[in-house]
Amino acid sequence: MSGTPSNASQVDDLSLSVGRAEATRSLVRALGMLPVLLLLCIAFSLATGKFATVQNLIIIVQQASINLVLASGMTFVILTGGIDLSIGSVLAAAAMAALIVSLDPTWAVMAIPVALLVGVAFGTLNGSLIALVPLPPFIVTLGALTAIRGSARLLGNDTTVFNSDLGYAVIGEGDLFGIPWLTVIALGVVVISWFVLTKTVLGLYIYAIGGNPDAARLTGIKVKRVLILVYALSGLTAGLGGVMASARLYAANGLQLGQAYELDAIAAVILGGTSFLGGIGSVWGTVVGALMIAVLSNGLILTGVPDVWQSIVKGLIIIGAVALDRFRTGAEKAS
Amino acid sequence: MSAAAPLLEMRGISKTFGAVRALRGVDLTVWPGEIHALMGENGAGKSTLMKILSGAYHADPGGRLMVDGREVSIASPLDALQLGVAIIYQELSLAPNLSVQQNVCLGREAARAGILDKAAMRRQCADILKRLGADFRPDTRVSRLSLAQQQMVEIARALSVDARILVMDEPTASLSSRETDKLFGLIRALRADGLAIIYISHRMAEVYELADRCSVLRDGAYVGTLKREDLGEARLIQMMVGRDLSDFYKKDQGEGRSFGAQVLKVEDLTDGRRIGPASLDVRAGEVVGLSGLVGAGRTELARMIFGAEPARGGRILLDGQPLAARHPAEAIAAGIVYLSEDRKGLGLFFDMTIEDNVNLAVAARDAYPFGIRRLALAARRGVDALKRLSIRARSAQSTVRALSGGNQQKVLFARLLATAPKLLILDEPTRGVDIGAKSDIYKLIDKLARSGAAILIISSELPEVIGIADRVFVMRDGQIAGVVTGADITQERIMAIATANNDKPVGEH
Repeated sequence: MSGTPSNASQVDDLSLSVGRAEATRSLVRALGMLPVLLLLCIAFSLATGKFATVQNLIIIVQQASINLVLASGMTFVILTGGIDLSIGSVLAAAAMAALIVSLDPTWAVMAIPVALLVGVAFGTLNGSLIALVPLPPFIVTLGALTAIRGSARLLGNDTTVFNSDLGYAVIGEGDLFGIPWLTVIALGVVVISWFVLTKTVLGLYIYAIGGNPDAARLTGIKVKRVLILVYALSGLTAGLGGVMASARLYAANGLQLGQAYELDAIAAVILGGTSFLGGIGSVWGTVVGALMIAVLSNGLILTGVPDVWQSIVKGLIIIGAVALDRFRTGAEKAS
Repeated sequence: MSAAAPLLEMRGISKTFGAVRALRGVDLTVWPGEIHALMGENGAGKSTLMKILSGAYHADPGGRLMVDGREVSIASPLDALQLGVAIIYQELSLAPNLSVQQNVCLGREAARAGILDKAAMRRQCADILKRLGADFRPDTRVSRLSLAQQQMVEIARALSVDARILVMDEPTASLSSRETDKLFGLIRALRADGLAIIYISHRMAEVYELADRCSVLRDGAYVGTLKREDLGEARLIQMMVGRDLSDFYKKDQGEGRSFGAQVLKVEDLTDGRRIGPASLDVRAGEVVGLSGLVGAGRTELARMIFGAEPARGGRILLDGQPLAARHPAEAIAAGIVYLSEDRKGLGLFFDMTIEDNVNLAVAARDAYPFGIRRLALAARRGVDALKRLSIRARSAQSTVRALSGGNQQKVLFARLLATAPKLLILDEPTRGVDIGAKSDIYKLIDKLARSGAAILIISSELPEVIGIADRVFVMRDGQIAGVVTGADITQERIMAIATANNDKPVGEH
C-alpha cells in the first residue's frame, strides 16, 4: 500500500517472523498441560512395568477415543462461552436409534446415518432454544440431559437392544494397519476440528463470539446461526459417539449408555486450557486433556489402586492439574 | 509545599515487559498538600507508574521509592495501603449489591470476638461521609447510587484507611459538569487536609483548574514538570507529543474537498418510540457531523441505519437504492460500516490477534468455497493495517489487549476499512484516545473523504465536529432539530439548537 516494494517486503518478513514466534508461544500455551501428561506417564511407568508397553498405549488411546470425539464437539461449544450437558443422553439416543435400525434388514445400512441424524437433530434443537428464545446454555442442556435420556429409554421401551450381527461392528473391534478404528475415527474428528477452528471462517467466528458476542454481531457475524451450528456439531459428535459405543457393545441401553460422559468431555476441554468463558483454547489442548483422563484411569487400574480410590484420586488430580496450570500462567504474567 | 521532605519521591523507575520498555528511569516528586497532575498520551506509562506505586507491578531493580524521605519497597498492594497509598481507578471496583458502609469497610471489618461490630463501622463510615459532604447514607445499597456517588464511596474507602497519597485515574470521565464541580471541591478540601493527590487526566481544562503542578510522561520517559503558573496548552501538548501545536486541530482540513452524489439518504426513520422521525443525508466525499447532547438519540439513530436496531418506520436509501438492513451483516454487505463508541464492549476482541480483529468483517468474502480462509491474504491484511495506520505493536499476531487505547482504535478502523465501505458511521471515533492517535484519526477521516467515502460522525467534543465536519445535523430529544453548514458551524450555534426548548426546527434545511 505504501513504501517501495523492497522496503515493504522487508517489513513483511520481519513482522511475519515475529508473528511466527508469537504463534509458537501460543502453541506452547495450548499444550500447557503436556508436561503434566508426560509426568503422569513417567510416574505410572516407574510404578508398574505394565504401563509403558506398546499394547497398553494403544489401549489407552482406544479408551480415550469416544471421549475425544465428544470433547472435540464440546471444545466448539465451550469456545463460544456455552456448555452442552446433554451429550451423554444424545449419545444414548443415537445408539438406540442405530441399533433399532440395524435390526431391520432393509434399513440396516442406514444405521450410522440415522444415529448421526438423531445427534444433529437434538443438537439443533438445543442450539435453537439457546440462540432464538434465547435461554442460557446451561439450563437448556440440563433440561435436555434429562428429557433426551427419557427419549432414549422410550426408543427401546426401556430395554436393552441387542444385535449380535451388527453391520458396523467392525468399528468397535477392527483396526486399520494395527490402529483400532475407534482411534482412527477419533483422530479424524480431531484433525477436522482443528481444521475448522483454525482454517475456516466458522472457526474465526466461534472464537469471536466466545470473546465478545455483542461485538461479533456488530462485526456482521450472524451469531444466532453460528450458535445453532455449534450445538448441532456437538450433537453430531455425540451421535458419532453413539455409533462408536454401540459398535463395541453390539448393544445399547437407553438408561445406562453414556451416563456422565458429558463430565469427562468437559473435564478434557478444561484440562486442555480452554477458557470456560469462551474465546480462548484449542482442540490440541483438548487432546492432551482427554489423554490425561484416559492415562489416569488406565494407570490407576494397573497400579492396583482400589476402585473407590480411583475416582477420588482422578478428581483431585484434575483439580490439581488445572490449579498448577493457572499458577504457571499467572506467574508468567506477573514476571 | 512547605514541608521539609516530599511525601513521595520516585527516582529512576523503570519497567520492562518482555522486550517492551514501558518505563525508562521515570522521576516523580509529590509534596503533601499538593494536587499533582500526571499527563501523557495513552501508552506513555502513566498507568504502569501508578501500578508500581500501588504494588500491582514490581519495578525493575535500580529505581528508588521514598515516602516521607524514607526509602521503602512496595511489594504488594497491602504494602502500598500501609504506606497510605490509595488508588481510585477509572473503572470503579465496588461491590454493587453491598451497602455503602460494607463497601467502605470491605476487607477490614471491625469485629468483636468474631462478630461484626456494625455500630462501630456505621459510626466510622458516617463520619467519613459527613466529612466528604455526601448526600447518601451508610446503609444505602451501592447499586442505587449514581456514578458520582459511587466515586465518593471509593474516596471514603481510601480515607477510612488513612490514605495520604490518593491517585485518581480520569475521575471525571463519566461525570456531568455539576458532579465534576463537586468532585473538584472535594479534592481541594482533601488537599487542604494535607493529602497529596495524583490526578491523571486527558482534559487540559481540568488540569489548569485543579493542578498545583503537572508532570508529563512520553513514551515511558519523564519529560518534565510544570508549575501552575507555567501551564499552557501549547507547552503541554508540545511536551506530550514532542512536536508543535500547529500540527494539530487543523481548521483547514476540509478545505478543497469536493462532494459527489448522495450516498445516504434517511427519510423519516423512527423506532416508533423515542427516536425520530429523523431525516438526513450524506454525500460522497462529505464529512457530516451528528451532534447533540448526550442522550439526544444519536447512537440509537446510527444503530438503526446500521441495522443493529429495528426501525419501525421511514426508509433508508443507499446510492438511491432502498436498504432495509435487519442485521449489521446486511448493512456491511451493502457498504455501510459502524464504529461503536464502546470500543471495549462492542468493538474489539481483546484476546484475539490484531490480524484476526482486522479480518473479521471480510473473512467470509475473502474465503475460498466452503468457508476455507485465505490465511496468506489475512496475514497480509494484518501487516498492511500496522503500516497503513501506523499501529504500534510488536506484530500483527499481538493480542489487542496489550495495545494502548489509540492503537486499539486504529485496529478497529482497520477492520472497517478492510471492507472498502461507501459510508462510515463513526461514533465517538476519538474517545479515550491520546493526542497523537487523535491527530492520526483526523488525517485518516480527511483522507477517506477525499477518496470519495461518505462519513457520518458522532462526537460529543464540539471542537472536533467543528474542525472536521462540512455539515452538522443537530439532534434533540430523538429528533433532528436543525442543520448547520459552512461558517454557521460554531460551538454557539450548535449548542443553541441542541439545548433549545421549542419544538420547531431551527436552521436552514
